[in-house]
Amino acid sequence: MTAYEPVIGLEVHAQMRSRTKLFCGCPTEYGAPPNEHTCPVCLALPGALPVPNKKAIELAVQAGLALECEVASHSVFARKNYFYPDLPKGYQISQFELPLNRKGHLDIEVDGATKRVGITRIHVEEDAAKNIHGAGSSAVTLVDFNRGGTPLIEIVSEPDLRSADEAEAYLRKLRDVLMFIGVNDGNLEEGSFRCDANVSIRPVGQEEFGTRAELKNINSFRFVKKAIEHEIARQEGVLQSGGTVVQETRTWSEGQGKTISMRGKEEAHDYRYFPDPDLPPVVVTEDRVEELRAALPELPEAKRRRWRTELGLTEYDAGVLSAHPEVAKYFEEATTLFIEQSAKKPKEAGKKVGNFVQAEVLRHVVTDGLEALFPVAPGAIAELLGCVEDGTINGKIAKKVFASMVETGRAPKAIIDEQGLAQVTDTGAIEEEVRRILDASPSQVAQYKDGKTNIIGYFVGQVMKATKGAANPKAVNEILRRLLDEQ
Amino acid sequence: MPDAKITLEQVLHVAMLARLTLSDDEAREMQAQLDAILGYMEGLDELDVSDVPPTLHSIPMDAPMRSDVPERCSDRSETLAQAPESEAGGYAVPLVLEVDS
Repeated sequence: MTAYEPVIGLEVHAQMRSRTKLFCGCPTEYGAPPNEHTCPVCLALPGALPVPNKKAIELAVQAGLALECEVASHSVFARKNYFYPDLPKGYQISQFELPLNRKGHLDIEVDGATKRVGITRIHVEEDAAKNIHGAGSSAVTLVDFNRGGTPLIEIVSEPDLRSADEAEAYLRKLRDVLMFIGVNDGNLEEGSFRCDANVSIRPVGQEEFGTRAELKNINSFRFVKKAIEHEIARQEGVLQSGGTVVQETRTWSEGQGKTISMRGKEEAHDYRYFPDPDLPPVVVTEDRVEELRAALPELPEAKRRRWRTELGLTEYDAGVLSAHPEVAKYFEEATTLFIEQSAKKPKEAGKKVGNFVQAEVLRHVVTDGLEALFPVAPGAIAELLGCVEDGTINGKIAKKVFASMVETGRAPKAIIDEQGLAQVTDTGAIEEEVRRILDASPSQVAQYKDGKTNIIGYFVGQVMKATKGAANPKAVNEILRRLLDEQ
Repeated sequence: MPDAKITLEQVLHVAMLARLTLSDDEAREMQAQLDAILGYMEGLDELDVSDVPPTLHSIPMDAPMRSDVPERCSDRSETLAQAPESEAGGYAVPLVLEVDS
Protein backbone atom coordinates (compact mmCIF):
# COMPACT_ATOMS: atom_id res chain seq x y z
CA MET A 1 0.00 0.00 0.00
CA THR A 2 1.27 3.47 -0.87
CA ALA A 3 2.26 5.67 2.05
CA TYR A 4 0.97 9.22 1.78
CA GLU A 5 2.16 12.50 3.21
CA PRO A 6 -0.31 15.30 3.98
CA VAL A 7 0.40 18.84 2.78
CA ILE A 8 -1.47 21.55 4.64
CA GLY A 9 -1.65 25.31 4.27
CA LEU A 10 -3.78 27.53 6.47
CA GLU A 11 -5.65 30.76 5.85
CA VAL A 12 -6.59 32.65 8.97
CA HIS A 13 -8.98 35.58 9.09
CA ALA A 14 -8.45 37.67 12.20
CA GLN A 15 -10.57 40.66 13.13
CA MET A 16 -8.45 43.64 14.07
CA ARG A 17 -9.20 45.50 17.27
CA SER A 18 -9.91 48.94 15.91
CA ARG A 19 -12.86 50.88 17.29
CA THR A 20 -14.32 51.59 13.86
CA LYS A 21 -14.75 49.75 10.58
CA LEU A 22 -12.12 49.58 7.84
CA PHE A 23 -13.63 52.18 5.52
CA CYS A 24 -16.17 54.12 7.62
CA GLY A 25 -16.68 55.45 11.15
CA CYS A 26 -19.26 52.86 12.26
CA PRO A 27 -18.29 51.13 15.54
CA THR A 28 -17.04 47.53 15.39
CA GLU A 29 -18.43 46.74 18.84
CA TYR A 30 -19.95 43.25 19.07
CA GLY A 31 -23.53 42.62 20.15
CA ALA A 32 -25.48 45.70 18.97
CA PRO A 33 -29.03 45.15 17.63
CA PRO A 34 -28.99 44.15 13.92
CA ASN A 35 -28.02 46.91 11.47
CA GLU A 36 -27.57 49.60 14.16
CA HIS A 37 -23.92 50.03 13.15
CA THR A 38 -24.34 50.86 9.49
CA CYS A 39 -23.97 53.87 7.22
CA PRO A 40 -24.00 54.63 3.48
CA VAL A 41 -20.42 53.32 3.09
CA CYS A 42 -20.87 49.90 4.70
CA LEU A 43 -24.34 49.52 3.16
CA ALA A 44 -22.88 50.40 -0.27
CA LEU A 45 -25.38 53.15 -1.00
CA PRO A 46 -24.69 54.90 -4.31
CA GLY A 47 -22.03 57.61 -4.18
CA ALA A 48 -20.55 56.60 -0.82
CA LEU A 49 -16.73 56.49 -0.81
CA PRO A 50 -14.47 54.37 1.39
CA VAL A 51 -11.70 56.03 3.45
CA PRO A 52 -9.16 53.65 5.06
CA ASN A 53 -8.85 53.52 8.85
CA LYS A 54 -5.26 54.45 9.75
CA LYS A 55 -5.32 52.47 12.98
CA ALA A 56 -6.44 49.30 11.18
CA ILE A 57 -3.65 49.64 8.61
CA GLU A 58 -1.12 50.13 11.40
CA LEU A 59 -2.38 47.13 13.37
CA ALA A 60 -1.95 45.07 10.21
CA VAL A 61 1.61 46.39 9.84
CA GLN A 62 2.32 45.36 13.43
CA ALA A 63 0.94 41.88 12.76
CA GLY A 64 3.27 41.71 9.76
CA LEU A 65 6.26 42.82 11.83
CA ALA A 66 5.49 40.35 14.62
CA LEU A 67 5.47 37.60 11.99
CA GLU A 68 8.75 38.75 10.40
CA CYS A 69 7.17 39.97 7.17
CA GLU A 70 8.42 42.51 4.66
CA VAL A 71 6.07 45.50 4.85
CA ALA A 72 5.20 47.06 1.49
CA SER A 73 5.68 50.82 1.24
CA HIS A 74 2.83 50.87 -1.29
CA SER A 75 -0.03 48.38 -1.12
CA VAL A 76 -3.18 48.37 -3.16
CA PHE A 77 -6.80 47.58 -2.36
CA ALA A 78 -8.53 45.42 -4.94
CA ARG A 79 -12.09 44.38 -5.60
CA LYS A 80 -12.90 40.70 -5.19
CA ASN A 81 -16.10 40.22 -7.15
CA TYR A 82 -18.82 37.76 -6.23
CA PHE A 83 -22.51 37.82 -5.42
CA TYR A 84 -23.80 36.85 -2.03
CA PRO A 85 -26.30 38.65 0.21
CA ASP A 86 -23.62 39.30 2.84
CA LEU A 87 -21.80 41.55 0.37
CA PRO A 88 -23.77 44.71 -0.43
CA LYS A 89 -21.42 46.06 -3.11
CA GLY A 90 -21.18 42.84 -5.11
CA TYR A 91 -17.46 42.82 -4.25
CA GLN A 92 -15.30 42.67 -1.18
CA ILE A 93 -12.51 45.21 -0.79
CA SER A 94 -9.39 43.14 -0.26
CA GLN A 95 -5.77 43.14 -1.43
CA PHE A 96 -4.49 40.95 -4.21
CA GLU A 97 -1.37 41.67 -6.24
CA LEU A 98 0.18 44.11 -3.80
CA PRO A 99 -0.61 43.04 -0.23
CA LEU A 100 0.59 45.00 2.80
CA ASN A 101 2.87 42.23 4.15
CA ARG A 102 4.64 39.29 2.54
CA LYS A 103 7.35 36.67 3.12
CA GLY A 104 7.12 36.17 6.86
CA HIS A 105 7.37 33.11 9.06
CA LEU A 106 6.39 31.63 12.39
CA ASP A 107 8.39 29.03 14.32
CA ILE A 108 6.37 26.29 15.99
CA GLU A 109 7.34 23.49 18.36
CA VAL A 110 5.97 20.02 17.76
CA ASP A 111 7.23 16.96 19.67
CA GLY A 112 10.21 18.91 20.98
CA ALA A 113 11.40 20.00 17.53
CA THR A 114 11.21 23.52 16.12
CA LYS A 115 9.79 24.00 12.67
CA ARG A 116 9.67 27.18 10.61
CA VAL A 117 6.35 27.74 8.84
CA GLY A 118 6.44 30.22 5.98
CA ILE A 119 3.86 33.00 5.77
CA THR A 120 3.15 33.88 2.17
CA ARG A 121 1.27 37.10 2.81
CA ILE A 122 -0.84 39.05 5.27
CA HIS A 123 -3.32 41.33 3.59
CA VAL A 124 -6.04 43.70 4.79
CA GLU A 125 -9.69 43.27 3.86
CA GLU A 126 -13.21 44.03 5.04
CA ASP A 127 -15.41 41.43 6.69
CA ALA A 128 -18.74 40.43 5.16
CA ALA A 129 -22.12 40.88 6.84
CA LYS A 130 -23.84 38.13 8.78
CA ASN A 131 -26.62 36.07 7.22
CA ILE A 132 -29.23 34.56 9.47
CA HIS A 133 -31.05 31.74 7.74
CA GLY A 134 -34.63 30.88 8.52
CA ALA A 135 -34.75 32.91 11.74
CA GLY A 136 -37.63 35.12 10.66
CA SER A 137 -40.26 33.88 8.25
CA SER A 138 -38.94 30.55 7.09
CA ALA A 139 -38.64 31.65 3.46
CA VAL A 140 -36.10 34.46 3.98
CA THR A 141 -32.51 35.04 4.95
CA LEU A 142 -32.01 38.07 7.18
CA VAL A 143 -28.89 40.13 6.64
CA ASP A 144 -27.21 42.02 9.49
CA PHE A 145 -24.59 44.49 8.21
CA ASN A 146 -23.12 45.35 11.64
CA ARG A 147 -20.13 43.10 11.00
CA GLY A 148 -19.89 44.14 7.34
CA GLY A 149 -16.79 46.30 6.85
CA THR A 150 -15.02 45.22 10.05
CA PRO A 151 -11.25 45.22 9.42
CA LEU A 152 -9.65 41.82 8.97
CA ILE A 153 -6.23 40.54 8.21
CA GLU A 154 -5.94 37.35 6.23
CA ILE A 155 -2.79 35.43 7.08
CA VAL A 156 -1.88 32.91 4.40
CA SER A 157 0.70 30.27 5.26
CA GLU A 158 2.92 28.36 2.88
CA PRO A 159 1.92 24.70 2.39
CA ASP A 160 4.59 23.80 4.96
CA LEU A 161 2.50 21.88 7.48
CA ARG A 162 2.62 18.07 7.40
CA SER A 163 0.17 16.96 10.09
CA ALA A 164 -2.97 18.00 11.94
CA ASP A 165 -0.82 18.47 15.07
CA GLU A 166 1.45 20.92 13.26
CA ALA A 167 -1.59 22.80 11.99
CA GLU A 168 -2.99 23.09 15.50
CA ALA A 169 0.37 24.20 16.93
CA TYR A 170 0.66 26.86 14.21
CA LEU A 171 -2.83 28.19 14.90
CA ARG A 172 -2.33 28.33 18.67
CA LYS A 173 0.98 30.13 18.29
CA LEU A 174 -0.45 32.54 15.74
CA ARG A 175 -3.39 33.38 17.98
CA ASP A 176 -0.99 33.85 20.89
CA VAL A 177 1.12 36.35 18.94
CA LEU A 178 -1.88 38.34 17.68
CA MET A 179 -3.38 38.53 21.17
CA PHE A 180 -0.13 39.64 22.81
CA ILE A 181 0.37 42.45 20.34
CA GLY A 182 -3.27 43.48 20.83
CA VAL A 183 -4.27 43.06 17.18
CA ASN A 184 -6.91 40.37 17.75
CA ASP A 185 -8.90 39.14 20.78
CA GLY A 186 -8.43 35.46 19.88
CA ASN A 187 -12.10 34.69 20.26
CA LEU A 188 -12.83 31.66 18.07
CA GLU A 189 -16.38 31.23 19.32
CA GLU A 190 -17.43 34.76 18.40
CA GLY A 191 -15.72 34.33 15.06
CA SER A 192 -12.99 36.94 15.46
CA PHE A 193 -10.32 34.32 14.62
CA ARG A 194 -11.39 31.97 11.82
CA CYS A 195 -9.50 29.30 9.96
CA ASP A 196 -9.71 27.67 6.53
CA ALA A 197 -7.39 24.75 5.76
CA ASN A 198 -6.12 23.59 2.38
CA VAL A 199 -5.43 19.88 2.64
CA SER A 200 -3.95 17.52 0.08
CA ILE A 201 -1.95 14.31 0.19
CA ARG A 202 0.83 12.94 -2.01
CA PRO A 203 2.81 9.70 -2.09
CA VAL A 204 5.83 10.01 0.22
CA GLY A 205 8.80 11.18 -1.82
CA GLN A 206 6.73 12.84 -4.54
CA GLU A 207 7.61 16.48 -5.14
CA GLU A 208 4.36 17.52 -6.81
CA PHE A 209 1.32 18.41 -4.68
CA GLY A 210 -1.90 16.42 -4.83
CA THR A 211 -5.31 17.97 -5.52
CA ARG A 212 -6.47 19.90 -2.50
CA ALA A 213 -9.73 20.30 -0.68
CA GLU A 214 -10.45 23.54 1.11
CA LEU A 215 -11.95 23.11 4.58
CA LYS A 216 -13.98 26.17 5.52
CA ASN A 217 -15.00 27.84 8.75
CA ILE A 218 -13.58 25.67 11.46
CA ASN A 219 -14.22 27.44 14.72
CA SER A 220 -12.24 25.63 17.40
CA PHE A 221 -8.72 24.24 17.74
CA ARG A 222 -10.15 20.82 18.53
CA PHE A 223 -12.27 20.85 15.37
CA VAL A 224 -9.30 21.96 13.26
CA LYS A 225 -7.39 18.90 14.32
CA LYS A 226 -10.33 16.55 13.86
CA ALA A 227 -11.35 18.06 10.52
CA ILE A 228 -7.84 17.82 9.07
CA GLU A 229 -7.28 14.30 10.38
CA HIS A 230 -10.59 13.21 8.92
CA GLU A 231 -9.88 14.89 5.59
CA ILE A 232 -6.46 13.21 5.29
CA ALA A 233 -8.04 9.82 5.97
CA ARG A 234 -10.85 10.52 3.49
CA GLN A 235 -8.42 11.41 0.70
CA GLU A 236 -6.30 8.32 1.43
CA GLY A 237 -9.45 6.24 1.17
CA VAL A 238 -10.33 7.83 -2.17
CA LEU A 239 -6.86 7.26 -3.66
CA GLN A 240 -6.46 3.73 -2.32
CA SER A 241 -9.75 2.67 -3.83
CA GLY A 242 -8.51 3.93 -7.19
CA GLY A 243 -10.46 7.20 -7.22
CA THR A 244 -9.25 10.77 -7.66
CA VAL A 245 -9.55 13.66 -5.20
CA VAL A 246 -11.56 16.53 -6.66
CA GLN A 247 -10.80 20.14 -5.89
CA GLU A 248 -13.71 21.38 -3.81
CA THR A 249 -14.77 23.26 -0.72
CA ARG A 250 -15.74 21.15 2.26
CA THR A 251 -16.92 21.98 5.73
CA TRP A 252 -16.57 20.18 9.05
CA SER A 253 -19.74 18.80 10.55
CA GLU A 254 -19.20 18.18 14.24
CA GLY A 255 -22.57 16.39 14.40
CA GLN A 256 -21.61 13.85 11.73
CA GLY A 257 -17.95 13.78 12.72
CA LYS A 258 -16.77 14.23 9.13
CA THR A 259 -16.09 16.78 6.41
CA ILE A 260 -18.86 17.27 3.88
CA SER A 261 -18.82 18.80 0.43
CA MET A 262 -20.30 22.27 -0.08
CA ARG A 263 -21.95 21.86 -3.44
CA GLY A 264 -22.42 24.44 -6.16
CA LYS A 265 -19.36 26.60 -5.52
CA GLU A 266 -17.45 25.57 -8.66
CA GLU A 267 -17.53 29.04 -10.22
CA ALA A 268 -16.99 30.83 -6.95
CA HIS A 269 -13.23 31.09 -7.43
CA ASP A 270 -13.47 33.34 -10.48
CA TYR A 271 -13.22 36.60 -8.55
CA ARG A 272 -11.92 38.90 -11.32
CA TYR A 273 -9.80 40.98 -8.95
CA PHE A 274 -8.87 44.46 -10.08
CA PRO A 275 -7.49 47.53 -8.26
CA ASP A 276 -10.29 49.48 -6.57
CA PRO A 277 -10.57 52.81 -8.40
CA ASP A 278 -12.10 54.37 -5.24
CA LEU A 279 -8.93 53.79 -3.24
CA PRO A 280 -5.47 55.19 -4.04
CA PRO A 281 -2.48 53.12 -2.87
CA VAL A 282 -1.86 52.87 0.87
CA VAL A 283 1.51 54.32 1.75
CA VAL A 284 3.42 53.36 4.88
CA THR A 285 6.78 55.11 5.21
CA GLU A 286 9.88 53.34 6.43
CA ASP A 287 10.05 55.71 9.42
CA ARG A 288 6.51 54.83 10.41
CA VAL A 289 7.26 51.12 10.08
CA GLU A 290 10.19 51.55 12.46
CA GLU A 291 8.01 53.47 14.94
CA LEU A 292 5.43 50.70 14.82
CA ARG A 293 8.16 48.09 15.28
CA ALA A 294 9.46 49.93 18.33
CA ALA A 295 5.93 50.13 19.75
CA LEU A 296 5.37 46.36 19.43
CA PRO A 297 4.73 44.75 22.80
CA GLU A 298 7.03 41.92 23.83
CA LEU A 299 6.04 38.71 22.04
CA PRO A 300 5.01 35.73 24.16
CA GLU A 301 8.03 33.66 23.18
CA ALA A 302 10.49 36.42 24.11
CA LYS A 303 8.62 36.87 27.38
CA ARG A 304 8.89 33.19 28.26
CA ARG A 305 12.58 33.17 27.41
CA ARG A 306 13.16 36.22 29.63
CA TRP A 307 11.17 34.73 32.50
CA ARG A 308 13.24 31.56 32.32
CA THR A 309 16.57 33.36 32.43
CA GLU A 310 15.70 36.33 34.66
CA LEU A 311 12.94 35.01 36.91
CA GLY A 312 14.03 31.39 37.14
CA LEU A 313 10.77 29.93 35.86
CA THR A 314 10.62 26.49 34.28
CA GLU A 315 9.48 26.24 30.69
CA TYR A 316 6.21 24.72 31.86
CA ASP A 317 5.50 27.49 34.39
CA ALA A 318 6.37 30.18 31.85
CA GLY A 319 3.94 28.55 29.43
CA VAL A 320 1.09 28.50 31.94
CA LEU A 321 1.68 32.10 33.04
CA SER A 322 1.83 33.38 29.45
CA ALA A 323 -1.30 31.60 28.26
CA HIS A 324 -3.15 34.93 28.26
CA PRO A 325 -1.71 38.45 27.89
CA GLU A 326 -3.50 39.72 31.01
CA VAL A 327 -2.27 36.81 33.14
CA ALA A 328 1.27 37.52 31.94
CA LYS A 329 0.87 41.18 32.87
CA TYR A 330 -0.58 40.28 36.28
CA PHE A 331 2.29 37.90 37.05
CA GLU A 332 4.87 40.52 36.04
CA GLU A 333 3.25 43.28 38.10
CA ALA A 334 2.97 41.08 41.19
CA THR A 335 6.59 39.98 40.79
CA THR A 336 7.90 43.55 40.37
CA LEU A 337 6.02 44.73 43.47
CA PHE A 338 7.13 41.70 45.46
CA ILE A 339 10.77 42.36 44.54
CA GLU A 340 10.39 46.01 45.63
CA GLN A 341 8.78 45.08 48.95
CA SER A 342 10.87 42.07 49.92
CA ALA A 343 14.22 42.98 48.36
CA LYS A 344 14.30 39.40 47.04
CA LYS A 345 16.43 38.41 44.10
CA PRO A 346 14.34 38.28 40.89
CA LYS A 347 14.93 34.54 40.44
CA GLU A 348 13.60 33.73 43.87
CA ALA A 349 10.76 36.23 43.71
CA GLY A 350 9.65 35.07 40.26
CA LYS A 351 9.42 31.46 41.37
CA LYS A 352 7.46 32.31 44.51
CA VAL A 353 4.98 34.59 42.77
CA GLY A 354 4.70 32.18 39.84
CA ASN A 355 3.93 29.22 42.09
CA PHE A 356 1.35 31.13 44.07
CA VAL A 357 -0.38 32.56 41.02
CA GLN A 358 -0.58 29.13 39.41
CA ALA A 359 -1.66 27.26 42.53
CA GLU A 360 -4.13 29.77 43.94
CA VAL A 361 -4.98 32.70 41.69
CA LEU A 362 -5.51 31.13 38.25
CA ARG A 363 -8.55 29.07 39.16
CA HIS A 364 -10.39 32.28 40.04
CA VAL A 365 -9.49 34.06 36.80
CA VAL A 366 -12.21 34.50 34.18
CA THR A 367 -11.15 35.46 30.64
CA ASP A 368 -13.26 36.73 27.79
CA GLY A 369 -11.30 37.48 24.65
CA LEU A 370 -8.53 39.88 25.62
CA GLU A 371 -10.24 40.81 28.90
CA ALA A 372 -9.53 39.01 32.15
CA LEU A 373 -11.06 39.34 35.60
CA PHE A 374 -8.80 38.71 38.59
CA PRO A 375 -10.00 37.97 42.13
CA VAL A 376 -7.50 40.39 43.72
CA ALA A 377 -5.04 43.04 42.52
CA PRO A 378 -1.42 41.99 41.80
CA GLY A 379 -0.29 44.34 44.62
CA ALA A 380 -2.31 42.31 47.12
CA ILE A 381 -0.47 39.13 46.07
CA ALA A 382 2.87 40.92 46.55
CA GLU A 383 1.75 42.07 50.02
CA LEU A 384 0.53 38.59 50.99
CA LEU A 385 3.76 36.90 49.88
CA GLY A 386 5.66 39.66 51.70
CA CYS A 387 3.93 38.56 54.91
CA VAL A 388 5.17 35.01 54.33
CA GLU A 389 8.65 36.30 53.60
CA ASP A 390 8.96 38.34 56.81
CA GLY A 391 7.64 35.43 58.88
CA THR A 392 4.29 36.99 59.83
CA ILE A 393 2.48 33.96 58.43
CA ASN A 394 3.52 30.65 56.90
CA GLY A 395 2.68 29.32 53.46
CA LYS A 396 -0.26 27.28 54.67
CA ILE A 397 -1.89 30.28 56.37
CA ALA A 398 -1.23 32.34 53.24
CA LYS A 399 -3.69 30.13 51.35
CA LYS A 400 -6.28 30.70 54.05
CA VAL A 401 -5.68 34.48 53.95
CA PHE A 402 -5.94 34.41 50.15
CA ALA A 403 -9.33 32.66 50.36
CA SER A 404 -10.52 35.47 52.67
CA MET A 405 -9.11 38.10 50.32
CA VAL A 406 -11.08 36.61 47.42
CA GLU A 407 -14.21 36.45 49.51
CA THR A 408 -14.05 39.86 51.20
CA GLY A 409 -11.80 41.90 48.92
CA ARG A 410 -9.85 43.10 51.97
CA ALA A 411 -6.10 43.57 52.23
CA PRO A 412 -4.00 40.63 53.47
CA LYS A 413 -2.58 42.47 56.50
CA ALA A 414 -6.06 43.50 57.68
CA ILE A 415 -7.26 39.88 57.42
CA ILE A 416 -4.23 38.55 59.29
CA ASP A 417 -4.82 41.06 62.13
CA GLU A 418 -8.58 40.55 62.36
CA GLN A 419 -8.45 36.78 62.35
CA GLY A 420 -5.34 36.60 64.55
CA LEU A 421 -3.47 34.57 61.95
CA ALA A 422 0.00 35.96 62.59
CA GLN A 423 2.23 33.05 63.35
CA VAL A 424 3.57 32.58 66.82
CA THR A 425 7.25 33.28 66.66
CA ASP A 426 7.30 33.98 70.38
CA THR A 427 9.53 31.05 71.33
CA GLY A 428 8.30 31.19 74.92
CA ALA A 429 4.71 30.48 73.88
CA ILE A 430 5.77 27.72 71.49
CA GLU A 431 8.02 26.16 74.09
CA GLU A 432 5.15 26.04 76.56
CA GLU A 433 2.98 24.25 74.03
CA VAL A 434 5.76 21.80 73.12
CA ARG A 435 6.33 20.89 76.77
CA ARG A 436 2.62 20.26 77.28
CA ILE A 437 2.51 17.94 74.26
CA LEU A 438 5.67 16.03 75.19
CA ASP A 439 4.26 15.47 78.71
CA ALA A 440 1.03 14.14 77.22
CA SER A 441 2.78 11.75 74.81
CA PRO A 442 5.22 9.57 76.78
CA SER A 443 5.11 6.60 74.38
CA GLN A 444 5.98 8.73 71.34
CA VAL A 445 8.82 10.33 73.31
CA ALA A 446 10.12 6.85 74.13
CA GLN A 447 10.04 5.90 70.44
CA TYR A 448 12.08 9.00 69.62
CA LYS A 449 14.60 8.04 72.26
CA ASP A 450 14.82 4.56 70.69
CA GLY A 451 16.05 6.19 67.50
CA LYS A 452 12.74 6.54 65.65
CA THR A 453 13.47 10.20 64.98
CA ASN A 454 10.85 10.35 62.24
CA ILE A 455 8.27 10.56 64.99
CA ILE A 456 9.18 14.23 65.23
CA GLY A 457 6.63 14.79 62.46
CA TYR A 458 3.93 13.65 64.82
CA PHE A 459 4.94 16.28 67.40
CA VAL A 460 5.12 19.02 64.78
CA GLY A 461 1.61 18.10 63.71
CA GLN A 462 0.36 18.26 67.30
CA VAL A 463 1.91 21.68 67.89
CA MET A 464 0.50 23.07 64.64
CA LYS A 465 -2.91 21.68 65.56
CA ALA A 466 -2.78 23.24 69.00
CA THR A 467 -1.73 26.62 67.56
CA LYS A 468 -4.25 26.35 64.69
CA GLY A 469 -1.39 26.35 62.21
CA ALA A 470 -0.06 29.68 63.39
CA ALA A 471 3.26 28.52 64.83
CA ASN A 472 6.39 29.21 62.83
CA PRO A 473 7.35 25.72 61.61
CA LYS A 474 11.07 26.45 61.77
CA ALA A 475 10.83 27.56 65.40
CA VAL A 476 8.71 24.54 66.29
CA ASN A 477 11.27 22.16 64.81
CA GLU A 478 14.17 23.77 66.65
CA ILE A 479 12.39 23.80 70.01
CA LEU A 480 11.17 20.22 69.58
CA ARG A 481 14.63 18.87 68.85
CA ARG A 482 16.16 20.75 71.74
CA LEU A 483 13.55 19.63 74.30
CA LEU A 484 13.48 16.02 73.04
CA ASP A 485 17.25 15.80 73.30
CA GLU A 486 17.04 17.19 76.82
CA GLN A 487 14.56 14.49 77.92
CA MET B 1 -15.88 35.35 -35.55
CA PRO B 2 -13.08 32.85 -36.12
CA ASP B 3 -10.19 35.25 -35.36
CA ALA B 4 -11.87 36.88 -32.37
CA LYS B 5 -9.73 37.81 -29.39
CA ILE B 6 -12.53 36.64 -27.13
CA THR B 7 -14.65 33.50 -27.66
CA LEU B 8 -18.41 33.38 -27.39
CA GLU B 9 -17.97 30.97 -24.46
CA GLN B 10 -15.83 33.56 -22.64
CA VAL B 11 -18.47 36.21 -23.23
CA LEU B 12 -21.19 33.94 -21.83
CA HIS B 13 -18.99 33.00 -18.87
CA VAL B 14 -18.38 36.65 -17.96
CA ALA B 15 -22.10 37.37 -18.43
CA MET B 16 -22.95 34.53 -16.08
CA LEU B 17 -20.50 35.83 -13.45
CA ALA B 18 -22.20 39.22 -13.72
CA ARG B 19 -25.63 37.55 -13.56
CA LEU B 20 -26.53 38.91 -17.00
CA THR B 21 -28.81 36.97 -19.30
CA LEU B 22 -27.85 37.55 -22.93
CA SER B 23 -29.79 36.43 -25.97
CA ASP B 24 -27.76 34.85 -28.78
CA ASP B 25 -27.84 38.11 -30.72
CA GLU B 26 -26.78 40.15 -27.69
CA ALA B 27 -23.95 37.73 -26.95
CA ARG B 28 -22.63 38.05 -30.49
CA GLU B 29 -22.95 41.84 -30.31
CA MET B 30 -21.00 41.88 -27.03
CA GLN B 31 -18.34 39.62 -28.53
CA ALA B 32 -17.87 42.04 -31.43
CA GLN B 33 -17.65 45.07 -29.12
CA LEU B 34 -15.29 43.41 -26.66
CA ASP B 35 -13.18 42.18 -29.55
CA ALA B 36 -12.82 45.78 -30.78
CA ILE B 37 -11.86 46.98 -27.28
CA LEU B 38 -9.27 44.24 -26.87
CA GLY B 39 -7.91 45.02 -30.34
CA TYR B 40 -7.56 48.67 -29.38
CA MET B 41 -5.75 47.75 -26.16
CA GLU B 42 -3.34 45.57 -28.14
CA GLY B 43 -1.99 48.77 -29.66
CA LEU B 44 -0.27 49.37 -26.32
CA ASP B 45 1.93 46.35 -26.87
CA GLU B 46 3.91 48.37 -29.40
CA LEU B 47 5.31 50.52 -26.61
CA ASP B 48 8.37 49.50 -24.63
CA VAL B 49 7.36 50.00 -20.99
CA SER B 50 10.11 47.91 -19.43
CA ASP B 51 11.54 51.03 -17.72
CA VAL B 52 8.20 52.45 -16.63
CA PRO B 53 7.11 51.69 -13.05
CA PRO B 54 3.61 50.17 -12.87
CA THR B 55 0.84 52.71 -12.42
CA LEU B 56 -0.85 51.81 -9.15
CA HIS B 57 -3.72 54.20 -9.59
CA SER B 58 -5.04 56.56 -12.22
CA ILE B 59 -4.70 59.53 -9.87
CA PRO B 60 -1.15 59.92 -8.52
CA MET B 61 -1.90 60.33 -4.83
CA ASP B 62 -1.63 58.36 -1.57
CA ALA B 63 -4.80 57.14 0.11
CA PRO B 64 -6.06 59.72 2.59
CA MET B 65 -6.57 58.06 5.96
CA ARG B 66 -9.20 58.41 8.63
CA SER B 67 -8.54 58.35 12.38
CA ASP B 68 -10.16 55.56 14.34
CA VAL B 69 -12.94 57.63 15.89
CA PRO B 70 -16.55 56.37 15.86
CA GLU B 71 -19.02 58.50 13.96
CA ARG B 72 -22.77 58.60 14.01
CA CYS B 73 -24.39 55.74 12.14
CA SER B 74 -27.43 55.97 9.91
CA ASP B 75 -30.91 55.73 11.39
CA ARG B 76 -31.74 52.07 11.01
CA SER B 77 -35.45 52.60 10.44
CA GLU B 78 -34.67 54.97 7.56
CA THR B 79 -32.25 52.65 5.78
CA LEU B 80 -34.40 49.56 6.35
CA ALA B 81 -37.38 51.45 4.93
CA GLN B 82 -35.55 51.74 1.61
CA ALA B 83 -35.14 47.99 1.26
CA PRO B 84 -37.80 46.00 -0.60
CA GLU B 85 -38.29 43.85 2.50
CA SER B 86 -37.09 43.82 6.07
CA GLU B 87 -37.87 41.82 9.15
CA ALA B 88 -36.78 41.98 12.80
CA GLY B 89 -34.18 44.66 12.07
CA GLY B 90 -32.66 42.61 9.24
CA TYR B 91 -32.75 43.02 5.47
CA ALA B 92 -34.87 40.16 4.17
CA VAL B 93 -33.64 38.40 1.03
CA PRO B 94 -34.72 35.12 -0.59
CA LEU B 95 -33.53 32.21 1.53
CA VAL B 96 -29.89 31.41 0.82
CA LEU B 97 -29.31 27.80 1.65
CA GLU B 98 -25.89 27.05 2.99
CA VAL B 99 -24.59 23.57 3.57
CA ASP B 100 -26.68 21.53 6.01
CA SER B 101 -24.55 20.81 9.04
